Amino acid sequence: MQNFTPLSATVGGLLIGLSATILWVVNGRTAGISNIAGGIYPIRRSDELWRWVFLIGLPVGAYLGFVAAPAIFAEVPKTLPVITLTPVWLIGTGLLVGVGTRVGRGCTSGHGICGLSRLSVRSLVAVATFMATAMITVFIVRHVV
Amino acid sequence: MNRSLIALISAAASGIIFGIGLSIGRMTDPQKIWNFLDIAAIPSGGWDPSLAFVMGGGVLVGLVGLRLERWLGLTKPIAAPAFIKTHRVRIDAPLVIGAAVFGVGWGLSGFCPGPSVADLGLVPGDVYPFTIAMFVGSWVAGQFLEWSERSPSRTADARAG
Repeated sequence: MQNFTPLSATVGGLLIGLSATILWVVNGRTAGISNIAGGIYPIRRSDELWRWVFLIGLPVGAYLGFVAAPAIFAEVPKTLPVITLTPVWLIGTGLLVGVGTRVGRGCTSGHGICGLSRLSVRSLVAVATFMATAMITVFIVRHVV
Repeated sequence: MNRSLIALISAAASGIIFGIGLSIGRMTDPQKIWNFLDIAAIPSGGWDPSLAFVMGGGVLVGLVGLRLERWLGLTKPIAAPAFIKTHRVRIDAPLVIGAAVFGVGWGLSGFCPGPSVADLGLVPGDVYPFTIAMFVGSWVAGQFLEWSERSPSRTADARAG
């Protein structure tokens, strides 16, 4: 299998699980990114500040991981991600992801990692649904159109 | 140290560790997401199952970590007044429709919310239209949901349904 990076993927996943554990045990919150992002505005209570702090941590961590990962795992590429999509396409798909995760109340982290960890049937249905539509979409884009 | 400061440090640490995890798992690369979602590539050997390993690793820790309060006998979080989680259990239309729409956007872009924010630390000039649009989409949908929940006719419909 080309580009399959089982070791770094598993370690990355374990770290995400650790992150979710800290946020739950210390802050009593679920590490669902779409939910955290959905509550950042308006800043009316102290409830919003932790969301900003968490969200700012994401790119900081991503940069640290990008610098460190290739030195630890030979399988991880040293190159930055390449985004080939046009700005208009990015805006359109960003809107779909924003609206969809808000209406469905969760994304790959909230339903995917946290919901499945809690053995939530609701989250299982959500994960099966977004995996299915995403796979169908990629099939159409890559193999039909 | 007061509790609200501990809570903010914890949120920062959690966000940073989450970002490191995404980056090490290379979930920051939309190409890698597409190579997972492209199941038609399984027969040719071009499929990349890495994303499933990221989710699997996360769930493995989460199965323990998100139950830790029961085992430790915590009635409230270390630095917050209460554990907050959804009490929704019903499989309703918004859940399925929202997840379906999200999946289409995810498939078309290779981005879900976490990586799109994380990539602001790697390729900010390229990813920002997506990230901003995602925040706007979520905010607008949130306003609409609040409005529809307040609207009396919709409430009556929901009760009848």
